[in-house]
Amino acid sequence: MTFTVDERGGRRSAVVEARHQSKGTKNNRPPRDSYALFLLPGALAFLVIVVVPFLMNTGVSFTEWQGVGSPKWTGLANYRELMDDAEFWASFRHSLFMVVSMAVVPTVLGLVLAAALFDFVGKHFGSRIAAVLRACFYLPQVLPIAVAGIVWSWILAPENGSLNELLKAVGLGGLQQDWLGDPDLALYSVMGVMVWVQLGFPLVIFMAGLQRVDPQLYEAAELDGAGWWRRFWHVTLPQIRPEIYVVLLWCTIAALKVFGAVYVLTKGGPGGATDVPSYFSFTTFFEKTQVGYGAAISTVLTVIVLLLAVVGLKLQTRAEDAEQGVVR
Amino acid sequence: MTALRRYPVLLALVIGALFMVLPFLIVTVNAVKSPAEYSANGPLSLPEGVYLDGLKDFWERVDFGQKLVNSMLISGSVALGAVILSVLNAYAIGIGRIKGRTWVLAFFVLANMLPQEALVYPVYYLSKEAGLYDTRLSVIIVFTVIQAAFGTYLLASVLGQFPREIIEAARIDGANKWQVLWRIVVPVSRPTIGVLLVFFFIWTWNEFLLPLVMLISNDNQTVSVALGVLQGQRLMDATMTNAAALLGVLPAIVFFLVFQRTLTRGIAVGAVK
Repeated sequence: MTFTVDERGGRRSAVVEARHQSKGTKNNRPPRDSYALFLLPGALAFLVIVVVPFLMNTGVSFTEWQGVGSPKWTGLANYRELMDDAEFWASFRHSLFMVVSMAVVPTVLGLVLAAALFDFVGKHFGSRIAAVLRACFYLPQVLPIAVAGIVWSWILAPENGSLNELLKAVGLGGLQQDWLGDPDLALYSVMGVMVWVQLGFPLVIFMAGLQRVDPQLYEAAELDGAGWWRRFWHVTLPQIRPEIYVVLLWCTIAALKVFGAVYVLTKGGPGGATDVPSYFSFTTFFEKTQVGYGAAISTVLTVIVLLLAVVGLKLQTRAEDAEQGVVR
Repeated sequence: MTALRRYPVLLALVIGALFMVLPFLIVTVNAVKSPAEYSANGPLSLPEGVYLDGLKDFWERVDFGQKLVNSMLISGSVALGAVILSVLNAYAIGIGRIKGRTWVLAFFVLANMLPQEALVYPVYYLSKEAGLYDTRLSVIIVFTVIQAAFGTYLLASVLGQFPREIIEAARIDGANKWQVLWRIVVPVSRPTIGVLLVFFFIWTWNEFLLPLVMLISNDNQTVSVALGVLQGQRLMDATMTNAAALLGVLPAIVFFLVFQRTLTRGIAVGAVK
């Protein structure tokens, strides 16, 4: 993303500069670096609020520290301990489940829903109905995760929970479960809730993306006798590929960082069945007060997130460039 | 396509949409039931009447008014502060085209993607040292900076496309950079700035981890934290839970209805990049 912005910006500025030179206004332009002054407040704030704490956290990860007294330097001991910590590996395995429920499933469902709402409902039933349906799907996105957690842990409650009552009411009482309290089920229950929470985001982005697709492409495909699925596959998907990259990247990162939902729904339980790295580091910091070890967990998480971000952005940039190469 | 084949698809989509809003409906229905009615008829029955004591009890018990004020104050200040910071950063990057702007921009993007877990303990520790622990100001400062990272990224790419002729013209007419920023760039970018204000407000309202760590006293807590902590302790009975959920849901729905247009426009702006 960043690299594209710059490359495009660079190209554009070259064009603009050339234009200015031909108009002979170049001498009136101020020296560009005097703008750096405007960056000063932002840069200072970032230094204090992001850079310094981040470096401190990394530093602390090489120490043993209870949060009081002075930290004891232990080098890589925390990281070595992490490698053998089953709890740590379990939390990262759960992260992969979260990626499925917060990035993969919402993206796939969101694509189908966006195409259905845009290309089908919008066309045959009017854009107003499509907008109302879109709003329904988006609604959970504006909800604080704490509130979503309250709502769902009550719905999924073992006794008198709405889901169990509903199952009983339709004669499927045998399927009643302790959805969040059963170690074999809890992770899947949390995943279900996360799909509900997350679905609206890709849907709305994809619908926005579809608005810039030339309607003639659909008309041409329809004239050629392409059915809905073929149009979806050959027109919709290729046209909104940039949005798909953005959504997958952002949702995957959000999934790796998920904290609030786990805190409110299960507190990582039962028996660590829904623990995730962010919650694991939180409890290590504030409940076990093993600050050095907690810092090591969050450092590993950071490295993974940033690696993913850099690789994702590069891939996206390359794909966009390749696409532009084909078009132009 | 014949009408006969059209309606099943619409029906499926409507059922899907209903499923998405069903939790909201169930919560609303149960928040206005009395405890006796709830235990007699269960969660799925329609309420016999409107019983508001549960809501009132919960409101008073957690001092919900104070929580609302805290959330508004924090989210409002963050939205305003982060927009100002974003505008200044983006002006230098997008219009000033300062040297090394790729790296500066990459830095802001990565700062925004950084897991808050990697900042939380040092921020907690430093705020204690600075005497800012358990103050709303500490949360405002931290989120202003974190949100501004996203704002800088989005606004810098928007300002990168700003028509340079307008700026050149103003400069020739003798406006200095500060005047160009406030009289030309900010007014012209008002739609994007509006989008950022709304997003920052809602995101900050919904934040959980940092406020949970930083705001321990009852008087400073936000709506999200107060509800999340109560839920975590499982102190609430069913009626109280629903009252809490409904009161938590309502502000979100109000934002949603008020800002729906801005939100969708913002998502469009954000997605295209």
